Amino acid sequence: MEFLSYLISGLNLGSVYAIIALGYTMVYGIAKMLNFAHGDVIMVGGFISYYALDAVFKKSGLPFWFSAIIAVVLAMIVCTVLGVLIEGLAYRPLRAAPSLAVLITAIGVSYFLQNSALLICGAQFKTYQSIISGTLNLFGGGLSIPYVSMLTVVVCIVIMVGLTLFTSKTKMGKAMRACSEDKGAAQLMGINVNKTISTTFAIGSALAAIAGVLLCSSFPILKPTTGSMPGIKAFTAAVFGGIGSIPGAFLGGLLLGIIESFAKAYISTQLANTIVFAVLIIVLLVRPAGLLGKYVPEKV
Amino acid sequence: MSMLEVNNINVYYGSIHAIKNISFRVDAGEIVTLIGANGAGKSTTLQTISGLLRSKTGLITFQGKPLGNIPAHKIVSMGIAQVPEGRRIFQQMTVEENIEMGAYTRPGSEIAKSMENVFLHFPRLKERRKQIAGTLSGGEQQMLAMGRAMMSKPQLLMLDEPSMGLSPILVDEIFEIIKAFHESGTTILLVEQNANKALSVADRAYVLETGSVTLEGSALSLMHNESVKKAYLGE
Repeated sequence: MEFLSYLISGLNLGSVYAIIALGYTMVYGIAKMLNFAHGDVIMVGGFISYYALDAVFKKSGLPFWFSAIIAVVLAMIVCTVLGVLIEGLAYRPLRAAPSLAVLITAIGVSYFLQNSALLICGAQFKTYQSIISGTLNLFGGGLSIPYVSMLTVVVCIVIMVGLTLFTSKTKMGKAMRACSEDKGAAQLMGINVNKTISTTFAIGSALAAIAGVLLCSSFPILKPTTGSMPGIKAFTAAVFGGIGSIPGAFLGGLLLGIIESFAKAYISTQLANTIVFAVLIIVLLVRPAGLLGKYVPEKV
Repeated sequence: MSMLEVNNINVYYGSIHAIKNISFRVDAGEIVTLIGANGAGKSTTLQTISGLLRSKTGLITFQGKPLGNIPAHKIVSMGIAQVPEGRRIFQQMTVEENIEMGAYTRPGSEIAKSMENVFLHFPRLKERRKQIAGTLSGGEQQMLAMGRAMMSKPQLLMLDEPSMGLSPILVDEIFEIIKAFHESGTTILLVEQNANKALSVADRAYVLETGSVTLEGSALSLMHNESVKKAYLGE
């Protein structure tokens, strides 16, 4: 029973990682850059939904679940706009620049977002009110599953399936895959590469907003650095699963969450992160492209 | 007015002056070829026309409209398609998806018909439509790149080294298809190292050497030019 409960908490955490990792992996796949500010967009999503939920629920008298939906949608809109702005203002001018310049810029954007949040929202952490409360009790109370865990896992699966269908069936999705393989050839097809990259950031950032809401609903401490550790873990998850691969990000996220949860439960809370990253290193030693990543040699 | 006019363009890779004052024209209905050795600037010229590279000075016009500031993805919908050097098909996408990408600028309702047309020229692609493009043979990949380019219904089709790395039989096959495209009304600008083959299908030709046009004329006259014979025809 204990085992199951750790597994569920691992799946919950892992689903959050997976949603964040999906954003990382899509942006990496198409723009070939690591958007280290992705984790901080999660934090922005957390704050927007926190304030929105507070304002809407207290002032409008609408039912809580409806206020929560409004808050989530608002967070998604704000994060989408933010993601597109970040891409357009910070990354687009560097399209032809060396990747190191882009990486440093991404770290800069990350600090910019954290410090802006610190300035606007203050250093005092907020206690986030979960958008869904309560637990499902099974086996006469032997196993209790928080509804938020169930919601998180379901949302994660829906997003994964949705993204898979989007990239394999829609015109824009196929254009994204074309850009991810060869931007020059994509342009020769008439694909607007800048627009495609913008769309990718929009999708990734909307996912970050959802991740922010779900993360804070499970772990209710919200502060300006809330996004950074989950961001790094999710990046790890994306690499673990095979960066650029959508099912890889999903699998990597879930496994990372489960490993972390079990490591905390059975080995040591302090060592949990060490164990998580050790597993990553071992996997990458054996499979350099990640679990589902394909190592594609360049054809000449 | 020619369909494509290239006037005194200069293209640089950083500090390397790759294209020096090149001028040439392609009239509607022609097959024009640019021949020359590796590094003469042939591919650079095509990439500049399609907008992937920019000329520092000079003017390129297509149907009278200057292309200088038009982004590459919009040049396609003006009626120029390019089969790039090394094919550059989307290796991880299926054959069918590659062909669809070629029709990116066209309304979805027209795609099915054009795809059937491509399959008429390349029946082998039809058999392999669900296959991942990276698993095709070199010749099939070349066919896919050509079929993909035709999906945008170009007025001008630019082919960059279509015979590269192919067996003689396949080269013949590819050139037959180029002729068929031409007969169906597509104007062709062909870049080739295989000067023999290129001159045999072309109306006119330009010889490029280290970034400049050194000779031009009808394909027939160049075929009998002594210096062309010596340098490019292996005689």
